Order: sequence, then C-alpha cells, then structure tokens
Amino acid sequence: MTEEKWTVKFVIFRKKGDQPPRYDSYVLEVDPDEYVIDGVERIWAFHDRSLIFAHACHHSTCGACGMRVNDVEKLTCITKIRDVTTNGGSLKIEPLRNFPIIGDLVVDMTRMYAAMDRVHAKAVHPLSAAPLEGEGIRPPKDVPRNNGDEYLRLADCIECGLCISACPVAGTAENYLGPAVLAAAQLQGLKHNPDLLDLVDCADGLWRCHSAYECTAVCPSNVDPGWRIMDLRRQVVGERIKRWFVKA
Amino acid sequence: MSKLHAIVIGAGFTGVAIAHDLALRGFAVTVVERGPIVNGTSGRTHGLLHSGARYAVNDQESAIECIQENQILRLIVPDAIEPNGGLFIGITDEDMAYREKFIEGCAACRIPIKELTPQEALRLEPNLNPKLQTAFTVPDGTFDPLRLALAFAASAKSNGAVFHLYTDVVDLLTDGQGNIVGVKAWDRATDKRFEIRGDIVVNATGAWVGHITSMAGISVPITPTPGVMVAYDQRLTQRAINLLNKPGDGDIVLPQRRMMVVGTTSFTIEDPDYVPVYEDHVQLMIERGSNLIPALRQTKERGAYMATRPLIGASAPGRSISRTFKAYDHKETDNVEGLVTITGGKATTLRLMAEKTVDLICKKFNLNIPCTTAETPLLSYRKFYVN
Repeated sequence: MTEEKWTVKFVIFRKKGDQPPRYDSYVLEVDPDEYVIDGVERIWAFHDRSLIFAHACHHSTCGACGMRVNDVEKLTCITKIRDVTTNGGSLKIEPLRNFPIIGDLVVDMTRMYAAMDRVHAKAVHPLSAAPLEGEGIRPPKDVPRNNGDEYLRLADCIECGLCISACPVAGTAENYLGPAVLAAAQLQGLKHNPDLLDLVDCADGLWRCHSAYECTAVCPSNVDPGWRIMDLRRQVVGERIKRWFVKA
Repeated sequence: MSKLHAIVIGAGFTGVAIAHDLALRGFAVTVVERGPIVNGTSGRTHGLLHSGARYAVNDQESAIECIQENQILRLIVPDAIEPNGGLFIGITDEDMAYREKFIEGCAACRIPIKELTPQEALRLEPNLNPKLQTAFTVPDGTFDPLRLALAFAASAKSNGAVFHLYTDVVDLLTDGQGNIVGVKAWDRATDKRFEIRGDIVVNATGAWVGHITSMAGISVPITPTPGVMVAYDQRLTQRAINLLNKPGDGDIVLPQRRMMVVGTTSFTIEDPDYVPVYEDHVQLMIERGSNLIPALRQTKERGAYMATRPLIGASAPGRSISRTFKAYDHKETDNVEGLVTITGGKATTLRLMAEKTVDLICKKFNLNIPCTTAETPLLSYRKFYVN
C-alpha cells in the first residue's frame, strides 16, 4: 500500500421492498489498495445507514460478499479498488444476477444452497480431493499425511454464487443446477457416488451448459467449474457405457 | 403454558449460539441483527479454534474454557472445522525462556501437548523457520466463521427461532417504569418499522453492547479492541503455527482453504462501527508472520481486514485483559428488569457463553431446564437457507 489517495464515485444499486430500483452515487476518498468492500462498508458507516449488503469474513473464506463491480462478478473483499477503476473513475456496484433480490446489494442464494445440498457437496474434505497451489487441477500424487491420517481442509468452493450470476444459461433456465453444483458433483466423482448420475445427467444438469466458461473466469477460489463440468460429462459417458454392458 | 419469548439482539457468534440454546430449552426465539449473520467481529475472526495453549500461562480461566469447548465443537460442528492441530514453536532464547512456564501452564489446564525436536517439526511442516529450537503439538484447529455461525443459526431455526436480518434495533420498549419489554425495529431490506414484544431481551452485540444498553441508560465496562489480520495467497502449512511466547502481535499464522492468515494487533477505540485497516499493521503482520514461516514473504497479499474484540473491563492495555466473558442481568446490576447483556469471550467459547447466559435467563424465570448443546450435533450450515 501507499499514501496515495484516489477520488472514486461509487454508484450503488438500491432497492427496498416493492419500490422501484434506483442508483445512488457517493464520492469517496480512498486508498487505491483498499478493497471494494471497505468502500461499501464506509458508505454504510458514514453516508447512508439504510444501505444493506452481505459480508462476513473479509478475506475470501466465507463467500458472502459477492457483487457485480462494473458489470463483472467479484468477491469484493479481495478486489482491490486499484484493479477495477482509476483515480477520478467510478465503480458501479450491483447485486449478483440470477438470484432474487432481498434488498439493495443482497440476494437470496437459496437456489444454490438447495442444489449444493442435493449433491451433498462436502464442506470439508481430504487434502487429496483437490490440489494445492501450483499443482494444476488434478489431485497431487504425493499427499502429505498427518501420522498416517490424511489432513482435512475446507473445500475450495466457498459457495459465493459468482459463477451462477455470471452464467449465461443460469439466467434463462431457473432449474439449471449451475456451475458450482456440477463442480461439486465432479469433485466427488460418479464412480463412488452413483446416485448423483441421474441428478446431473439430465436437461437441467450438465447438458444445459453451453461451455461459455464465464464461471471459470469469475471464480475467486480456484474451483474452475467450466473444466469440471466438461470432466463430469466424460464421467457420465463412462458410466452410461458401463451400465449398458451391465444391463446386457 | 405458552412459551416464553426471548428477543436476541445480534447474530454474531454469541447471538446465534444463544438462539440455538434458548430454542432447545423451549423458548420462542426472535433474533434481530442489523446486517447479515456474523458481519461484525465474529465473521472477521482469525479463524483459530483455540486449544487454550495461548492463554495457559497468563489467563488460565480462558485456557480451560478453550480446551473444553474445542473438544465439543469438533464433535458438534465438524463441517466448519479443519481439525489438523497446531504447533507452538520457539525460535529465540527469549522464546525458550517461556518453555517451562508453557509446559506447566498446559499441564495445569489439561491441554495435551507433545514436544518435538526441530527435525521432527520440520518434517511435519517443512515451511517453518528452520532456526526453530523447539516445537510443541497442540490440539488447535481452523474454522470457517460464517459456516460455524450458520450451523448454530440453522439449528435454532429448525427449532422455531425467527431471524430478522438487516434489521436495526432503534430503541428498547419499556413498560413506563424503565423495565424492558421489547424492541423497536427497522427492517432495512423493506424499509419497514415495527415493534417486537418479549419476556426477555438478550443483548448479544459484542463490542456494540454499549449502544444497546445506552438506550436503557445503562453503561457496561467494555473496551472495543480491534486487531488487524492479513490473508496470503498460498497454503504453506497444514497446522496453526503459534509463537512460543506470551501473546503478542502477529504471533499466530494459520492455514485456511488455500490461504495463510496472520494475526493480529491490538489497540483500543471508542466506536467500533468502522475501523480502517492501518498500513503499518499490515506491514507488521508480514514481518512477524515471516518470523514463523519465512516463505510468507514470497506470497501475495489476498486480503487485509480488521475485527474488534469486545474485552471486558476498561482502561487496561488490551493484552492484559482476560479473554473470558461475562453475562449481566441488569435487574441485579442496574435495577432494570427484562434485559440481559453478554459480552467478552472468544469464538472458540461461543457455545459455553450461550450456556451460561441461558442458565442465567432460566434462573430468572425459575426454570430448571438443563443445557443440552454440548451433546447436540448441529445441522449443516446450508439448512439455514434450505428447509
């Protein structure tokens, strides 16, 4: 960080109950290395106590503070102001798309949680279920062990909803499971979880995906849902062929 | 008999744990929170599931609470916790001078520790400072703050608790004689104002308890004490790493998902509503953190944030105030009926704080209902949203 100060206009989406939506502007002096959520919280603290926005951990472990920043889905607690605007520039802050709006910047993500629940996505899993930094997307060959037991860690997917907001398909097909959910199914694997097959192998499952890869572009947490959906298709085809032989 | 109605102000760790405990003991529960779940201090915690070893020398009451609650939380809410343990490492001779006191303190508080040679420690965690002279294993863990709180909130909700999020308490309702009979609320999602009446109001607003008690003309001795934490973009250990010395700035580094989080500093303020993240504190975190794990210097900052601890007591320096908690019945302390305040404490002791607070409330109503939260597994955090 520096002593540098920028003047930035925050243009915030506002909506209360049944009232029509509007945009309110607030001009803030900011340190460009502050995060977007810091600016939003300051607007609440010093300018307008009626503003509502979701946030909790402020360091990308909880996934609560997803918003659209200048038309792109961002986890606002790890998005530096410097990276999304300029001195004298503006920041348009809107709620995530493809979820019902509760008010202002807050959306109801029940759609995603319900689907994550249906594929019983794990919140904590062994280290080998996902690689660590720099090892690509596939599980590493050498997984460190804790006196024989494998270490556990919180899953990569923080259920922030950015991928569902960015997905061009999720906007038109409200029953589409969505990228985060299909990625969670892929991570568990159909081989060991055959009950997931019918859930994902359907019109509202992985065949709805148009391979736009917007999910992967906005994912703040190394999940790469686009790649995982393609891999899940390979798994489905494999399971179908296997079943064909079993039936015969 | 109709259920007694408790209004809980605040959906931080204490508020959600109290809501769960009250609902289990048969109360009708309404939670009023001005933001989302854990948007204040609780969400912005370091994320360390304390073994208690950090407090085993100077604050044994807190240490004993931590080790007991640590063991309970591992069982009742496994899907919010990385249960990989922790290490205390001694690097300098000054650290080594703390070793004896640390061993004695942990023994007194029944915290299981095991001393490792430097070679053993480096085999377990190759990124530790290679100059370490000793290391102790401790049963630390790491938790996800939002999912920990949501698990309590989901369980409370399944037992009938109602949550009003994004709803400010703008005033307390009184019976005309100064006793509290409810709250005036402002739902900011819909811009609607309404009143909620109840048999008891529980002020569980942590560093903000004074905002609520001042509505009843009461002051509570609380010192809002913020600290800065910094997250780095790479997971360098599997365990929480602590400096073997008395508690100080930037002496805990812990893994979480793919990150490392270093914390924290300690200073006092008046108003906890907004506290900036100071640049010199961020610099201090990388310096102190890289003393424990040198490779942190080669990682990128991912986030920097600040949380305000609610420490009980006034005008003492932050580190010297006990980290335990206190529940006040304002009938006893201020002759105001209908209001209970709980504050202080730590994330690790959230369940115990709720147990003691609800014990106090039950006693007020002459109820003899035992607490069962220690034996009751919590629902998945997703059940807060999904029925």
